[in-house]
Amino acid sequence: MGILTSYQLRWERKKWRLRALMKARELKAVQDRTGQIGPDAILLFCTFRNEDQRLPYFLQYYRDLGVDHFLMVDNDSDDGGQEYLADQPDVSLWHTSAGYGAARFGVDWLTYLQGKYAHNHWALTVDVDEFLVYPFCDTRPIRALADWLNASEVRSFGAMLLDMYPKGPVSAQPYQRGDDPFQIASWFDAGNYIMSRNDLLRNLWIQGGPRARMFFADRPRQAPALNKIPLVKWQRPYVYVSSTHMVLPRGLNLVYDQQGGEKTSGVLLHAKFIDTFSARASEEAARAEHYAKGLEYKSYAAHHDEDPDFWCNWSEHYINWRQLEVLGLMSKGNWA
Amino acid sequence: MTLGVVMLVHAALGRAEQAIRHWADAGCPVVVHVDLNVGRAAYDGFVAALSDLKDVSFSQRFRCEWGMWGLIAASQAASTQLLAQFRDLRHVYLASGACLPLRPVTELRAYLDARPDTDFIESVTTSDVPWTIGGLDSERFTLRFPFSWKRQRRLFDGFVQLQRLLGSKRRVPEGIVPHLGSQWWCLTRQTLTAILQDPRRPAFDAYFRRVWIPDECYYQTLARRHARRIESRSLTLAKFDYQGKPHIFYDDHAALLARSGCFVARKIWPKADRLYARFPARSPGFDAQNDPNPSRIDRIFAQAVDRRTNGRPGLYMQSRFPFMDRENGFTAAQYSVLQGFDDVIPGFADWLTRQTGVVVHGHLFAPDKAYFVGGAVVYRGGLSDQARLRDYNSKMFLTNLIWNGRDQHQCFQFGPADNQQIRWMLTKDVQASVWVVTGAWALSLFRSGRSASDVRAEAARLQQVENKLLSTLRSPDARSRRRIITLADFLEEPVEVLQSILDDMAGHRAVALTQLPDMVDLTGFAQFLQDLKNQGMHAYLPGDFSVGHPPKISRPRLHKPYVIGGK
Repeated sequence: MGILTSYQLRWERKKWRLRALMKARELKAVQDRTGQIGPDAILLFCTFRNEDQRLPYFLQYYRDLGVDHFLMVDNDSDDGGQEYLADQPDVSLWHTSAGYGAARFGVDWLTYLQGKYAHNHWALTVDVDEFLVYPFCDTRPIRALADWLNASEVRSFGAMLLDMYPKGPVSAQPYQRGDDPFQIASWFDAGNYIMSRNDLLRNLWIQGGPRARMFFADRPRQAPALNKIPLVKWQRPYVYVSSTHMVLPRGLNLVYDQQGGEKTSGVLLHAKFIDTFSARASEEAARAEHYAKGLEYKSYAAHHDEDPDFWCNWSEHYINWRQLEVLGLMSKGNWA
Repeated sequence: MTLGVVMLVHAALGRAEQAIRHWADAGCPVVVHVDLNVGRAAYDGFVAALSDLKDVSFSQRFRCEWGMWGLIAASQAASTQLLAQFRDLRHVYLASGACLPLRPVTELRAYLDARPDTDFIESVTTSDVPWTIGGLDSERFTLRFPFSWKRQRRLFDGFVQLQRLLGSKRRVPEGIVPHLGSQWWCLTRQTLTAILQDPRRPAFDAYFRRVWIPDECYYQTLARRHARRIESRSLTLAKFDYQGKPHIFYDDHAALLARSGCFVARKIWPKADRLYARFPARSPGFDAQNDPNPSRIDRIFAQAVDRRTNGRPGLYMQSRFPFMDRENGFTAAQYSVLQGFDDVIPGFADWLTRQTGVVVHGHLFAPDKAYFVGGAVVYRGGLSDQARLRDYNSKMFLTNLIWNGRDQHQCFQFGPADNQQIRWMLTKDVQASVWVVTGAWALSLFRSGRSASDVRAEAARLQQVENKLLSTLRSPDARSRRRIITLADFLEEPVEVLQSILDDMAGHRAVALTQLPDMVDLTGFAQFLQDLKNQGMHAYLPGDFSVGHPPKISRPRLHKPYVIGGK
């Protein structure tokens, strides 16, 4: 059974890689600066569509953490984001007008680029609204984390997705280009996450948070997955299976300890619920391109009239990573 | 010129150069060993960069691998060279390229001047310390280790197994007792010379060549043979995690390092610019004769190791997901589960809150929703009262509830009408106190005003569910604190039971009960049970209620406050 499953997964992995290779034909390089990538560089991979509003702060945040190069795939934006990125000195940009859903929500495109450029690099794969927080991120650059993970012979780093939301209706506080989104969406649910283990791929399946509480209370199984493994010491054969929720080979999914100890982990602050949320949700539901045929987005749109207010008495106001550590959402592990 | 330095370098050559210059500028001669794994070009550049320092020289190069002999060969060669070149050295300090001097060299020198005959080398026997890496302690000295632990793990493990199987043991050479300790030492010329020129050195070297991690035992053992005065501690602050991997210091450790009073620290992250800019520094409040005091740093790193190996009990999160049944307890704090009490005592939750100040929830696992304290729709941590969400993973609903409110004692009502998925958890969790008044559900049926024939099926179902819970609670695997009492027995002596609940929740702070809560009127209850029985449904869990002898309920014998007088 064990050997058979491993063999099966091996073929699945190869299948995804082949698929990525096919999908690579959809990509057209707009600005290729990959020649700048040094042997030790920390790379960031991202797909986006019409995110011009968010791009400046996104770049600034990850530059400050010490990301060396950004490899971005533009899925046919028409809001000027493409031009903005092409001008950035540390960005390599590809364009595609192919379907996001047909490319496994962008994973295929990124798998191809990762295989080509990220071999032996630490690769961070995030969305434009995901902001990585790790232990000591206020004093130590991501290079320090990568060096420490190398020294500890750890190949992957887990960071759960934490939905952030404003107090009051989401649309009440407009987001200005370049601003820190967490000045607005500064609240989160601290302790309503549930998890179970996926025996096949060995990852944890985490659900919960404000979206489960507000939108999926009557069908919790369908609540969005929050487990993520965004930072991986990439090797050519690796593939992400579903968004960054799980990776193959499956050993990379073991970012948790099962004997009672805590491994070092971070959090991806999710700045989804700001500003143009309502308008965007209706647009995406019509496009039905997102996961599960836009199921999640349809839920949002259904609440659209109410303009969701996630805030409750027990919402926690975000301060810093230490707070998340104390609350038990992430852990320093044995990094001190 | 009384202090010389042997420096082992294998990476981050820029930082190593900085460290070498620091020692050399303070007048200490340095002999540098560069790992043979460093490429020719990098080595030549490194030598050229240091060519302006006349008291810095380079020794013969060996290939150094963690846990292998190369490190000893390197330090032997470099030490021999240093001692031969500089005749007037009194102490030799073994440092690495990733070492950062925290206090000025003049302070270190003054400290050593005051202790001219002392060897600073941590040296303890294996039986005294729990340093086991890879499951090996004393076997380090009795087995052979020709394979690399890092590169050839399978061969390494296999060969260890084989030797254990064959019972093959090496003999420790005559005249030495194996000792272990930090590999960073500061030895006197006399001791170091004696080690290097020992006539039996070939025999010792041959032995240690096949010992595992010789750099942690070679000098540590041999110093015991020659030293006049051993101070068994390292002057270099170096901390190790549970895998034997060195902890690394970053910019944010600056204040801690300054207060530690240690002379040298390792390992420093090569890009910790602010540490390299700040140190070495004269630390206020320290004079040269102050002993290092790294206890705070020790504590922080000990906590880190504890978090990695034991974690926070009762926490389930993305990087800690212990097998639920294997853990000692499931939850983070003690809590109480009360079954049946609210059937007997209508305002039980309010009464209990008044008596103890603990958080008293209603039926958290009721079929329609979770009844949080105060009727909250969302409770601490964002827990929702919606039944489906709760039932999707009831175990984690409970672990989350207890984790979020771990600063308080929480309790909740339970009953056979509730969702029973947490049955086993309540049985096995050492943090749980479960109090059951069996058959109390019959009281609520009785008070519903419906006839015995109407509630017959419902009564049978509740009895069955409760019975299943009881047999679970009585299983041999049970580890929670449980007290199970029939309704009839409870009504006999309610004060006793309620008092023990208060004591259990509030510990020594519990007050003696002076007033009983209002209980339901039992007139006609015995007849109700008899009616049920006449319908063919024998309600046995409530206990014995005989028709015509209504139980006395409002005659509690209140205990007088019990005072232990003392003079």
